[in-house]
Amino acid sequence: MYAVRQWSVRHARGLNAFYRGFEAALVVLHPLFRWIGYGRLERPVAAVERSVKGLLFDCRMCGQCILSSTGMSCPMNCPKNLRNGPCGGVRANGHCEVRPEMKCVWVAAFAGSARIPGGIDALRQVQHAVDRRLQGRSSWLRVVRQRVGDEP
Amino acid sequence: MIFEDEPVPGYPLPIRPGHTSPGRFERVLRAGLFAVTTELDPPDSADPEEVFSRARVFDGYVDAINATDGSGANCHMSSVAVCALLTRVGYAPVMQISCRDKNRIAIQGDILGAAAMGVCNLLCLTGDGVQAGDHPQALPVFDLDALTLLETARTLRDEHHFLSGRKISYAPRVLLGAAENPFAQPIEWRAQRLAKKVAAGAQFIQTQWCYDVPLLRTFMRHVEDLGLLEKVFILVGVGPLRSAKSAEWIRTHVPGVHIPDEVIKRLAGAADPAAEGRRLCIDLIQEIRTIKGVHGVHVMAFRQEHTVAEIIERSGVLNGRKPWYPGRDPQANTDRMAS
Repeated sequence: MYAVRQWSVRHARGLNAFYRGFEAALVVLHPLFRWIGYGRLERPVAAVERSVKGLLFDCRMCGQCILSSTGMSCPMNCPKNLRNGPCGGVRANGHCEVRPEMKCVWVAAFAGSARIPGGIDALRQVQHAVDRRLQGRSSWLRVVRQRVGDEP
Repeated sequence: MIFEDEPVPGYPLPIRPGHTSPGRFERVLRAGLFAVTTELDPPDSADPEEVFSRARVFDGYVDAINATDGSGANCHMSSVAVCALLTRVGYAPVMQISCRDKNRIAIQGDILGAAAMGVCNLLCLTGDGVQAGDHPQALPVFDLDALTLLETARTLRDEHHFLSGRKISYAPRVLLGAAENPFAQPIEWRAQRLAKKVAAGAQFIQTQWCYDVPLLRTFMRHVEDLGLLEKVFILVGVGPLRSAKSAEWIRTHVPGVHIPDEVIKRLAGAADPAAEGRRLCIDLIQEIRTIKGVHGVHVMAFRQEHTVAEIIERSGVLNGRKPWYPGRDPQANTDRMAS
């Protein structure tokens, strides 16, 4: 929801801190996930992730979440799917070229990143091309497996 | 000017150390000359002569011609095809690639094909949304964005493989460019965005239309503070406005174009608004050329392409230099071919 999404950007600092704790907790649970089986967990975890992040960020389930590098403003809400900053068409009021009623997700990302320690530096990183195969899959489980070096 | 190692003017040049393309445009930039580029309005036609006649109006005044890729999300002859025609007769095109209509498979194929046909310059763009053009019912692709497109082109050129990792036997020797809009929100982020594009491979930049020099100066200061002036050639976008009414229409209807009120007033107060628009463009060019880090101008004279030669001539930026065009020096051509 648009209003909640804007709230999340305003509270980027707290959400980012929470996210970091949450990620650490998930990493601790890796042996358990492994025991249950990542394949078996994929669908239920993805469903939970979709509802939580859908509510907070209008998450599009790209499966390769970069919210903490974009000030908690989901870049997949950009009608052009831009993951590296705003296009040149942003309106004078900071709204989207394609959807004039919506604030540019990158204007929001810039504001959100300024609230996160190190957020602006994260914004400067070049994000590589999206792997479209990951669409709909859990980003949380993927992050855990990347962190512990157990990538499929 | 004829480069001394130029076999036949208009043909690919030997690639000098530190250069990435055999193109004339890169030579001009690296020689420290003030470069002039422009945009060809691609025809809604399958007649090659329409491309050549649209290019001819720039003869002797521009170093490179941009071939737009469905700009404004309107359908025209493709940029690959326009470039193929232009290189046949020796022009130096800048092939624009937009991410709106093609996925990474099509784009990489186009880059190889374009380079094979003699294209030496690419401009990597995100592209306008489909809602802006004449086919709003089309599927917007946006598989890549301008940054990942730059990375992709650089991978092909420098690492000699596709994004998939599969090898290519002969890499495209191209100069990579990107666009930037110093006048759009979030303003304070724009120089950073440019830095990202440079990090992703951009070697030259063509900006959106500039009608606000103080804002451009601020942007260029940020660019300098980020240490980018030595890493990228910046060409500032300029163009003649036809009247106060058309300027007003552009600034309200074309996203990303910023035209200050003073400009509109100046045009509204003129007896001949179109002539005043050209005068304003010349004034802007002369002011912009003095800004540190500016290496040229990109003249976008949409539907007024015939005014480009006059604007450049009167601005004096070429300093008597005559950029190459087909037939400029026929004697030199035959001499060199014979030797």
